[in-house]
Parts: sequence; structure tokens; C-alpha cells
Amino acid sequence: MTTQNLRSMKRHQSGTIAAVTASGELGRRIRDMGLVPGTTITIQGRAPLKDPVALRVMGFTLTLRNNEADYIQVEVDN
Amino acid sequence: MDASGSQAALNQGPFAQTTIALAGNPNCGKTTLFNALTGARQHVGNYPGVTVEKKTGSYTLENHRLHLVDLPGTYSLTAYSLEEVVARDFIVKERPALVVNIVDATNLERNLYLTLQFMEMGVPVCMALNMMDVAAAKGIEIDVARLANLLGIAIVPTVARRGEGKESLMQAALDAVRQAGADGRRPLEITYGPDIDPVLKQMSAHIAAHRFLTADHRPEWVALKFLENDEQLRCQGEMADPDVVAELDAMMAPLARHLKQTLDTYPEAVIADYRYGYIRSLMAKGVLRQTADHSRLEISDRLDQVLAHRFVGPLLMLAVIWGLYQFTFAVSETPVALLEGVFGWLGSLVDGHLADGLLKSLLLSGIIDGVGGVLGFVPLILFMFLGIAFLEDSGYLARVAFMLDRVFRIFGLHGSSVMAFIVSGGIAGGCAVPGVMASRTLKSPKERLATLLTVPFMNCGAKLPVFALLVGAFFAAHQALMMFLITLVSWAGALLVARLLRSTVISGPPTPFVMELPPYRWPTFRGLAIHTWERTWQYIRKAGTVILAISVVLWAIMTFPRLPAEVAQDYAHQRAAITDSQASDMAATLAQVDFHEAEAALRHSLAGRMGTALEGLSRWAGFDWRTNIALVGGFAAKEVVISTLGTAYSLGEVDPEASTSLADRLSRAPGWRPLTAICLILFVMFYSPCFVSVVCIAREAGSWRWGAFSILFNTVFAFGVAVLVYQAGTLLGL
Repeated sequence: MTTQNLRSMKRHQSGTIAAVTASGELGRRIRDMGLVPGTTITIQGRAPLKDPVALRVMGFTLTLRNNEADYIQVEVDN
Repeated sequence: MDASGSQAALNQGPFAQTTIALAGNPNCGKTTLFNALTGARQHVGNYPGVTVEKKTGSYTLENHRLHLVDLPGTYSLTAYSLEEVVARDFIVKERPALVVNIVDATNLERNLYLTLQFMEMGVPVCMALNMMDVAAAKGIEIDVARLANLLGIAIVPTVARRGEGKESLMQAALDAVRQAGADGRRPLEITYGPDIDPVLKQMSAHIAAHRFLTADHRPEWVALKFLENDEQLRCQGEMADPDVVAELDAMMAPLARHLKQTLDTYPEAVIADYRYGYIRSLMAKGVLRQTADHSRLEISDRLDQVLAHRFVGPLLMLAVIWGLYQFTFAVSETPVALLEGVFGWLGSLVDGHLADGLLKSLLLSGIIDGVGGVLGFVPLILFMFLGIAFLEDSGYLARVAFMLDRVFRIFGLHGSSVMAFIVSGGIAGGCAVPGVMASRTLKSPKERLATLLTVPFMNCGAKLPVFALLVGAFFAAHQALMMFLITLVSWAGALLVARLLRSTVISGPPTPFVMELPPYRWPTFRGLAIHTWERTWQYIRKAGTVILAISVVLWAIMTFPRLPAEVAQDYAHQRAAITDSQASDMAATLAQVDFHEAEAALRHSLAGRMGTALEGLSRWAGFDWRTNIALVGGFAAKEVVISTLGTAYSLGEVDPEASTSLADRLSRAPGWRPLTAICLILFVMFYSPCFVSVVCIAREAGSWRWGAFSILFNTVFAFGVAVLVYQAGTLLGL
């Protein structure tokens, strides 16, 4: 188990969210969509220009920009 | 919320009206359920003061008319977006007897997050657990009775697409309204943890003691929203009693400090964590069971592997837009020709039965040509909207936003700007008015402003007939290709101008892009039909009212003032002289005189004078005075460009034979060549939005300054582009 930034995760890699450090509007938006500590995510893919990133969260697909993914730390399954 | 009020409503005997709000996450099937419940008994309007669409309808059960209101789809009830504020305000101010919360069974955990927030508000809730069929197919088993018991609300499984469960849902809703009236509200008690709970309790007591905002809200909810740093409620609080706000702040300050120091977090984050914690505990109590292999790729994901693929995705996206054009033009060809035939027949009927004069001229040139020109394109618009509705309802448009966000960001916009652009006609055939309104989903004022100022550059349904006409007249062999190029050019223009605006008049940092990619779904026939019909009907209504009035007004300014008597007499003398001469080419010469008289009359009219006055300037872009008149009319509504050109040319022509289409006339008219058509297309694409759009822009941007800006800036920009192309093209000998 290693903690790494969401941005640096590879396609099809899974993990559990350890911390969300975003505050304000972005933080609220991220949490509303279920990205809170303890949630399991899988990287589903990236847009043609490698940004935004699409994740699988609790059975649905969510998209985030890379610079927003920077606020999310994930404990990655190896 | 007002239990006694809802009870009173139920007691008013047969057909007493009870208001029920339908709420849920975006893509949970809420609109499908609403359509299944209300059928055609729908009314579409706006929430007061804002431009969020409000759909209402009714459902009759046991002599009760249930008044259903479709709230905008939201993930949460913060004051984050306008939709959330609208949904929240409706519940607080209109006090529906019940909220029917539509929950996507395939996505239970995230959907329950909204459910919890309704229950925190203390409003009676009944749940429709929708898409049970999809959940079953995915191997998701939900213990409905257990979940209902744990939450303390009625839950009805539904499959909205097939209308399954709607009767039991409405019965359960009515029962829940009665029960809420009988034993009062029953707010959910959940814990937000050892840090928050004591402060929340202390604040609630303080709020209750001072009756602070308690006329509309539960004290616990006010306290919770203050801890969540809710801007809207805070503003209301400041107006109601600033002292209490200061006291509440004092109670919260140590908590916020403590959380920051020990956990590096915020009260609102902890509250969200505990809400999700509560939901996970529900799941752990045996509510949810996943029987199928979790790692199995769903159909939607497999589709995305191709449709959102790095290389294949964008190519397919272009192919889809291209296909939409092929479909629209191929399918609408026959009905368009049929309608043209009908109006041609009407014209010849009037022509044959009425004596020459003002009335005949009004009917032929003002009404039949004007309205016929616009209505003739209804099939085109109908099929275009059908195609767009299909892409929207199937979930593909969200993929377009996902794939294009990186590109949009370069131009200072947002992935969600795509929706506003597409609604405005990014895939040709929308309307800038709803497009400007769609920009409301953008939170950042700067990206929103840039979006709503540039969406009018898109090819709306009203410009489409103008383009179709010109393309048909001058590029008949390459219609689809030309329309495709026109779309690309309008996008390029809009994006470059957006970049220009974002780096000059509206500069600033970007906003979050947190968006759901809904699973692909096969759109329902009813959904597509309602969607398509609403938009097409808007277009027809505009044609029947505004366009008719404008056609008549334009006919008037093109007819009056009439030629001075002595000039008219001069033409009469000429005619008499020709008739007397009995020359062999008498008919042709007579016609020539008529043509000159008609042209002189139009030039003499108010519109002719305006057009002629502008000709000195517009000649640089290749536009003559007739085109100028049409473009001035286009400010009222873009489709008027066609009807005005039609009127202008049929007035100036020898034989107003209605069956000759305007496209034919233009391609034969002197001064017209492909380059002129291209310049006119470019000018119509970029110049001032129609006045309805301008009014919307001014309202959405919050200032008439921006409305005026869009008229002036766009017209100058369009003229610049047209002049550049015309002059360059002329130099190259085109």
C-alpha cells in the first residue's frame, strides 16, 4: 500500500481515497460526488488530450481535470 | 413541510390540489418518470426570476389532483449551483406536501446523499427506487423493505422507462402526504461525529431560542448549513439578525480551528464524510448485495473504450456530427419539397383569384412568401432536433464535453460550455436563447460570460434555413460538405473570440470540472418525442406570431412610401406607348418596364432608402441594398433574412410565380456569385444576435452593457470577416 496522487495513477489502477485537501467550491463539488476518504476508485481512462481523467466511483463514472485530481491522495492497491 | 397545510389541502374534497415535488440526481430517470406520470398534461415555464426550466404536470388519484413539479436535477442541496438554489428555494418557499426523491438503483450510495439532505431539511420524503431492471441486470440486489425501514420512509421500486410502478408510487405518495399530516414531520437523526455534534446542538438551541430564520427552516438545518458555510443562508441570516450570525460564528470558530489543527480539514468536509459514512453503514446492514463479478466491464464502459478512445473517439465524434447532417438532409428532403409545393399552390391560388393591388401584394409577398419560407424548413429543424435529442438522451453529449474540455480550456472556457454551444447550434439547429440560458450551469461568472457572449455565433435553427438556401442555390453539388464546413467555421470563430474576450475584457482563473459521465442508454421514444416536439413547436410558434408580424411590417416598409404619382404615371405612359407600338417583342418590353417600376418602388420605400444608404459601406463585403434590407430584418429574427430576401426579390421580379423557389431566383440574380454567398453566410453567422437573444444576454450577464456589447462587437466583427473574405476572394478572381 502506497499513497500517491490521483493525477499520477495509471489507467485501470485502483485505490482508496486517503485524503481530499481541496477546500471551498472545488472541495464541496468533489465531496458531493462521493469522493470522500474511504471511497474506492478505479481510473477508467483519460480524454484524448490526457486530461480530464475519468474515474469509476461507487458504480458510476466521474470526470476531473488533472489539476483538480492533484488535491486527492489515494492509497493504491498494488 | 407545513403538515397542517397539506392536510387541509387533502380535506378540501374532490380534486383538492396537493403539490408534490419530483427531485433527484441528474440522469436518475427523473424526467422519464415525470413524462410517464403526466403524459401530455405538462406545462413548461420558468422558476420566478430565473431561467431554470420548470416543468409541471398533474396526476389524478382517488379524486385528488396531484400537482407534480419536476425540480432541476442536483447532486446536493448546497448553494453551489443555480439548480440547487432553485430546488431548495422551491421546497422552502412553495412548501410541497411531499418530495418524491427519484433514486437510481444502480447508483444507490451517491443518490442517497441527496436523499439524506432532503431528510435533514425535515420535508416529508417518499422514494422511487428507479432503474430496478438495470440494477438487476448488473447483479445489484437491494433489500427495499430494509432500506425503507432504516430510513423511515416509503420506497417504491420503479422502472420509469416502461412506466412500471408509477401507480404504486403515486399511491405511496398520497399515503405519505396523509401520514405527514397525521403524525407530523419526522426528521432523520444522524451523527456528524464527536467534533461536530456538540457544536451543532449548541447552535441549534441558540437558533431556536432567538427564532433565527425558523419561520422557514428547522433550527438544526440552519445550524448545519452555517457549519457548511452556506452562502445563501448566511446572507439571509445577515439580513434577519447580524448579532445572531456573529454569535453563531463565535460558536463555530473553535471547532474550525480544532479541525484545521488536528485533521487539516473543514467542518463541511467532516459533515460530508459522516453523511457518506451513514450511507455506508446502511449498505453494510444488508441493504445492498452485489452478486455479479465486480470487475466485469459493463456495456457502457466497453462502449467508452471505443467512443471515448484517444484516437478513435474524436474521429467518431466528427463522424457522428457528419452523420447527423446526412440523416437530417436525407430524411427531410421530401417533406420540405412537399411544403414548398403547398405554399407555391397557395400563392398561385391567391394570384389567380385576386385582382392586382395592395391586398394581393400583402398576401403574396408579405404573408405567404414570408411565413411559407420559414415554415418550409420545419421538417429540417424537426429531424435535426430529433438527432440532437437522441445524442443528448443517450449520454453521448457528456462524452463530447469530456473529450473537448482540454480544448475548451485553451480558449478560457469550460467543458460544460459545450452544452451551451451545442444547444445554441454547435451541432447546427439549436437556438441561442436556450443556449444563453444553458450557460447558467457554469458557476464561474467569467467563463459563463465568455460562453454566453460567444454562443450566438453558433448555427441556430434560424440561421440554418438561410445557410441551406444559399448553399442550395450556389453549392448544390456539395450541400452536406458545405454545411459541415459552416459548422466548423462557426466553432472556430466562437472559440477564438472567446479566447480574445477571456484575455481582455473578462480575464480570470478557471473553474472546477467535476462531471458525471452517465451510462449510455437507449433513449425512450416518448422522451425523444417530447423533447423534439417542444423545440420544434417553439420554432413554429415563433414563425406563426413574431415572424408573421415582422413579415407584414417589412412588407409595409418595403411598400411605403409608394412612388410619387408623376413617376407612376410616367411608367404608365411608357406602357401605353409600347402597347400602341404593337411591336413583336411587346410582352418582353412590357415586362421590362414592370420590373423597372417595381425596383424603383422598392428603392423609393423606407427599406430601400435604408438599404441604399448602407450600400456604400456594405459594398466592401459584396452586399447590395436588397441584402442590406434582409440583414436589418434579421436582427428581429435570423430566419427573417430569408423571408425578406424572398419578398425583396418577388417584388422586384416580372412574374411573381410562386412556384419558383427563392434559391432559383438568387442563383439567377445579377451580382450574386458563390463568393457573395460565402460572405453573406459568414456575416449572418457572426453578426448581432437576434433581439430575443440580446435581451437574454443582457439579463444573464446582469447588465444591458453586455447586450449592447454583443450587438456592436458582433456586427463589427462579422463585417470585418466578410470584407476580408470578399476582398481577398475578388483579388483571387473568385
